[in-house]
This record gives sequence, C-alpha cells and structure tokens, in this order.
Amino acid sequence: MKLRTLGRHCREGLRNLGRNGWMTTVQLPLQRSHSALGVFVVMAWNVQNLSRQVEQQVQMNVILKDGTTPAQIRAVQQWLTARPDVATVTFVSKEQGLAELRASLKEDSSLLDGLERENPLPNKFVVQAKDPRMTGQVAAEIGKLPQVQSVRYAKDMVERLFQVTRIIRDIGLVFIIGLLFTAMFLIANTIKLTIFARRREIEIMKLVGATNGFIRWPFFVEGVLMGALGALVPIAAIVVAYRYLVRAVPGFYYFQLVPAHPLLEQVGVLLLGVGAFIGMWGSVVSMRRFLRV
Amino acid sequence: MIEMHDVWKIYPNGATALQGIDIRIDRGEFVYVVGPSGAGKSTFVKLMYRAEKPTRGQIFINGFNIDRMRERRIPYMRRSIGVVFQDFKLLPQLSAAENVAFALEVIEMPRRQIRRRVAEVMELVGLSHRMHAKPGELSGGEQQRVAVARALVNNPVVLIADEPTGNLDPETSWEILRLLEKINDRGTTVVMATHNRDIVNTRKKRVIAIEQGRIVRDEERGVYGL
Repeated sequence: MKLRTLGRHCREGLRNLGRNGWMTTVQLPLQRSHSALGVFVVMAWNVQNLSRQVEQQVQMNVILKDGTTPAQIRAVQQWLTARPDVATVTFVSKEQGLAELRASLKEDSSLLDGLERENPLPNKFVVQAKDPRMTGQVAAEIGKLPQVQSVRYAKDMVERLFQVTRIIRDIGLVFIIGLLFTAMFLIANTIKLTIFARRREIEIMKLVGATNGFIRWPFFVEGVLMGALGALVPIAAIVVAYRYLVRAVPGFYYFQLVPAHPLLEQVGVLLLGVGAFIGMWGSVVSMRRFLRV
Repeated sequence: MIEMHDVWKIYPNGATALQGIDIRIDRGEFVYVVGPSGAGKSTFVKLMYRAEKPTRGQIFINGFNIDRMRERRIPYMRRSIGVVFQDFKLLPQLSAAENVAFALEVIEMPRRQIRRRVAEVMELVGLSHRMHAKPGELSGGEQQRVAVARALVNNPVVLIADEPTGNLDPETSWEILRLLEKINDRGTTVVMATHNRDIVNTRKKRVIAIEQGRIVRDEERGVYGL
C-alpha cells in the first residue's frame, strides 16, 4: 500500500469517527468496561503486592541443640548460607533471644529476672526461603542436620495463605478476560452498525473497483481510535482517584498501597493498548460479512 | 469486447432470470437493451460488471473471463468498466467533485493527477461550475451527469448504464443521452438498458430486446417494439 493511501485511510477513519453519531453511543458503555478493567487491574496489582509482602514475612526458626559449640554454629551458618534455596540467615543467640523476649514483654519483663544465669532459650537461626512457597521443603531439609533440634514455622497458616493468594489471582484473571471480551463485542457491534449505516458507500466503493483491503482500512482506523478514545476518560478517572487513595489511606501494619508511580503509567498504557487492540479486532470481525459482492 | 455464451441465471429462490443468452458486443458500439420490467434486463446488465454471477455459461469482458475470475481480481476488472444507475448512487455528504474523485482515490492515483482528471471530466459533462455543490443541491439531470463523470473518470472501455433516464424528465433524459453519445463518439462502448421508447425510436442504434429471460430480438438500427 502506498503511503498517501495510508494517510487517506487515517483521514477517512477520523472523519467517519466524527461524522457518525455512533461515537457517542458507544463511548459510555466502552468507558464503563474500560473503567472496570482499569479498577480491576489496580486492585489486582495491590492484592498481588499484598500477598507478596505477606509471603515475604514467612520465616522459620531453626532451633539448635543445647551444647552446640560456637565452631559448629559457624559451620551450620556457612552451610545454610550456601544453600541456593535460602534467602536470608540470621543467627539469634540465647542472650539475644532473651533480650528480644524482654523487649516484647515490656513492663512484665521482670518475670524473666534471674533467667540470665540459667537461660532456657536455645540458640537459633531465623531463615527465610528464597521462594516462600518452598518453605516446607526447605524446613525438612534443614531438619536433617544433626545439630538441629527442630525447625518451626507456622505451617497451617502459611499453607492457607498461599491458597488464598492463588485463588485471588485466578479470580482476577478470569474477571479481566471476561471484561475484555465484553468490550470487544461492544466495539464489534458498534462497528457493525456504522458499516450498516455506510453500506451504500461500501457498495459504491466496490463498484468503482476498490479492493476489500482498501475498504477495510478506514474502519480499521476507526475501530482503533474508538477503542483508544474510550480508554481516555477511565484513565483520567483512575489516575485522579488512585492518587487520592494513596494519600488518604495510611498504610496499616506492614501493608501499603502500591505507589502511584509507575503503576498508573503502566495501567494507562495498558488500557490504551487494550482499547486499540479490541477496536481493531472488533472492526475486523464485523467487516467480514459485509465485504461480499 | 463483451461476449456471453449460453449464459443462464437462476436465483437461489428458483426464479429463472436468464436462459441461454448468447451475445457479442464489439468495441465502440452503442447498444440499447429493452424489455418489460422483470424480463431479465437488469440481470443481463449486472452480469457485465459482475454484480451477479452466472449460474451457467461464460462471459468475457475486455478479455477477462469473469465467470471464472478469482474473487480478489474483481476490483481490477471493474476499473475498466464504468457504471451508471437509475438512482445515481452518489454519496450525499461529498461534493460533486469529491464523488468523482472517489473513483480515483480507490485506485490510488496521486492527488495532483486526481485534481486534474476530475476537472477534465467535469468539463466533459458540462458541470465545471458546479464542482463543489453537494448532490442534494443539484437537479436530477445534474446528479446523473456527476454519476456519468464518475463512471468515466477511469477511462473505462465500457460504460454500462442501467436505466439512466428512469428518474429524469424527458428533456433531461435527452441531455443525458446526448452525453452518452458524445462519450461513445470518443470510442467507449456504451450499453444502456432503458424503458425510454422515445429515445430508442428516435436515435436509431442496435437494440437488444429481452423477454422472459431470452433475447427475442437483436437488430441494428432497431426500434423499441410494441
């Protein structure tokens, strides 16, 4: 295709977009579905972020047997650090453990008085697996060491947590796919209407010898623009709303909203891209039937 | 130029429009196609620009075997044929000049050439002064002249007119006929389906009469008939 023809198709597509009242009728539902999509993506991102953060909290306590010598402790530490499936290793000695306990008990810490001489707490390592989901296996491996008395972690809690985050992710995916299809059919139908309204024009184009490709292009451009334009208002709305949310909602516990930048830019580009793509797809689908004769 | 060999057209609903048509029209001829409504005149003409496909038989236009032609070649074949209709088929939102230019944009002619060529044909049909009027602002005769200009702008070898005067008053009809004759004088083959007895009987040319899907008469310098 020649360049000037491409220019002509773009001009035509734009002009048709303006000329057809369809624009206004499709924009509202389109904006609605784009908004839903955008809100959902932002939400999914935050859930994802939350679950990642929660997962990162999962750690195990490797309790060492009483009477383990400092040399053995160093050897165990080296062995742990060398493992590829272990992310962090922190040694907590008996004394440190007691100090921590004291700190967490605050005013009741006097209960612990006198324990310094006969400290009942063990030496331990606090270990985090590289992949939190692998915590169970890693714990089992570490437990085989002769110097290790036991490995403790919140087994049930961890397993349930991973189940929940997986379900949330799956539901999100299904939702997003559903919304995409809705938007696609919306655009396909709208283009069908504009084609129907312009079948006379198409008929004349065919009579004067236009190829199908030539006829299709302006509709193609129109579909892409329609889809992308439908994303603009939702993008603006989401940017404003999310910025406000980030400022208004304080982080609670260790969870905080994902920062607005660069999340919003990514969501914006995604919505524009998705809009353009479904517009394109919609126009291709609806053209097929009209190009015979 | 235009040849049909044993051409049949049976519509999907079972109606037989044409039965065993054989015809040969040479370059530079001017032919009237006459016959009562529903006789198959329209189908006959539509076959020539491949708006309908024959059920059986062979059709050659400018050397193209159009019943065998691949779907994607059809646009290129149509560029060598100009078509004019009873209802003009102009795009109402485009000006007269734009309607004519449309046929050239479709074949990707450079803009400057388009402008020059459009000016030429608008002059030929005598509408140089109405270039920028929309179809709604033109009279029926003027609209049909725009349609003729659009059909001509590609320099087609054949001009097919399907009842071009059907919507026009007698005086305007004569105007259009004179225009078609002028085009024919320049070497373009003209095939005109018509109900206009007055024109056929006055400007004697070859007449092909179709009745009940058959050619019942084919005469040089013929008349409209009963």
